[in-house]
Amino acid sequence: MSARNVSIAVALAALVVALAFVPSVANGYQLSLAINIMNYTVLATAWTLFSGPTRYVSLATVAFFGIGAYTVAVLGEVLAWPLVLLVAFAIGFVLSLFVGLATLRLSGVYFVIFTFGLAELVRQLVTWYEVNVTRTLGRYVFVDITTEQIYWQLLALAVVVFLSGWLIQRSKLGLALRVIGDDEAVARHVGINTTLAKVVLFAFSASFMTLAGAVMAPRWTYIDPAIAFNPVVSFQVLIMALLGGVQRLYGPVFGVIPLVMLFEVLLAKFPNHFSIMVGIAFLLIVYAIPRGIVGLIEGAQLSLFRMKGAKA
Amino acid sequence: MFTEPLLSGITLGGIYALIAMGLTLQYGVARIMNLSYGESLVAAAFAALWLFTSVSVNPLIGLFVIVPAAGLTNWLIYRILLVPLVKRAPSRDALEVDSILATFGLLFIAQGVMLAIFGGNYFSYDFLSIPVKILGATISASRLLALGFAVVIGLALYLGLTRTRAGTAIRAVAVDPVSAQLVAIDVRATAAFAYALGGALVAAGGVLVSMFLTFNANLGVVFTMKALIVVIMGGVGNLLGCLVAGLILGLTETFVATYVDPGLTLAATYIIFILVLLLRPQGLFGTRRS
Repeated sequence: MSARNVSIAVALAALVVALAFVPSVANGYQLSLAINIMNYTVLATAWTLFSGPTRYVSLATVAFFGIGAYTVAVLGEVLAWPLVLLVAFAIGFVLSLFVGLATLRLSGVYFVIFTFGLAELVRQLVTWYEVNVTRTLGRYVFVDITTEQIYWQLLALAVVVFLSGWLIQRSKLGLALRVIGDDEAVARHVGINTTLAKVVLFAFSASFMTLAGAVMAPRWTYIDPAIAFNPVVSFQVLIMALLGGVQRLYGPVFGVIPLVMLFEVLLAKFPNHFSIMVGIAFLLIVYAIPRGIVGLIEGAQLSLFRMKGAKA
Repeated sequence: MFTEPLLSGITLGGIYALIAMGLTLQYGVARIMNLSYGESLVAAAFAALWLFTSVSVNPLIGLFVIVPAAGLTNWLIYRILLVPLVKRAPSRDALEVDSILATFGLLFIAQGVMLAIFGGNYFSYDFLSIPVKILGATISASRLLALGFAVVIGLALYLGLTRTRAGTAIRAVAVDPVSAQLVAIDVRATAAFAYALGGALVAAGGVLVSMFLTFNANLGVVFTMKALIVVIMGGVGNLLGCLVAGLILGLTETFVATYVDPGLTLAATYIIFILVLLLRPQGLFGTRRS
């Protein structure tokens, strides 16, 4: 490890420690904002973990997030908290393996279409089950978890997501994924099992989203399928990741922080026109900054570097 | 008992086929994967509802207003919003990703506008809901009429694409946009026309659907999903495939709703989708894309 890497690692560790003290200085409103930022950081980074290198747009974030939340609503009072989280992770993992095996053998567009309707499918299935089997639509979440604990769990989850993303990038899997992202046919020709690589990564990305949903569930005291599987969440995650930039694992953070603030304001000022506003913001990003903020910064660095080179 | 779901399944399937034909034009010719497709359908349904309830215009006459308006709107969307993406895309795959993102944004804008105007409630109106007896089964006249119109429109489209010069140009662009330029076809204008035509078709589908189904502002996603599945099942760009796949989907849904549970229709749709993906991803009538 070079001296530069050591100092980066120390700085990041210090940042995590500093973030862990946010609940002791923040007031109620600030803490809930911090929880939102942390939640979307986990979701957008988990999204980028898979969709960044492979360029397969996943539209199913809220399907997994909602499943996590529902797992807590159903099992929260039955099992110990760590076990609930474990079950949520397992459900997310199995479902995403299934989705991945069905679609990722084929070209990307099938995956997009499948994930596009997945949240609606899961929502309808949960509704059907609740109406016909348990005969109650909507559940109360009674779990003994404080707001501070939710924040710390999300912070820990964010650390896990970043660490696994970093480890994957350094592994053979990460290299394989970059080749797939550049040219899938080439990847197959050099002997990469492209399907396996994509499915494994998608499963991890989706399970992290499921965990985020489980951790966030105690924030609501009451959930029903319409709340847990709100499609706007998938949309917001996508926007945040794209604004930040998906070429780097840390990119989405640059999108999450400004957009959580912006959406907070929009939701307060235009509660009935929220999705219109979000849609317009999204189109602006797609057209004006297709490579995200990180892309802009790197582009600027590159041209600065070239100017220096020209002078020398 | 059996002929009743059979008849409703055929009417529903016929409408699905019509809707999917529009999508296959947009995706197969203009190469735009339009995720806001169902929103056009719901918007047309709301327009028909508004014309019928406030100005008391018969939805069948409304078709002649709504369909051209939808075609024009879609042409403008293609020209203003999508052409910049077509220009900047280095490859077909890149355009696919960009168009998915842009139309996903459009979806939320269109849905938001409709929610702001109409709210989240379900709507329907009473038009020709006279029971008609066929083969011992009862079916409402509006359903039959909708099926009749879907057949006429679908047939006109088929003849237009196979028997006219413009139709031949559209098919040429669908097969190979680069070679099409060599025989003096204006690919961009043809693509814009195909996109507009697709929008007009789905609007026609929306008006017909509004005559016999209840609908709300959130229903677009489900219709987009069904149209996509029908297009994939039939094979992208294949009109006959749309017809067969649309009927399969319509019949399956109706039978599941009748004999199993109405809450499980989307699940049935997905099971069909998974079967297609596992067994025949190129579609029933499609050829493998190299």
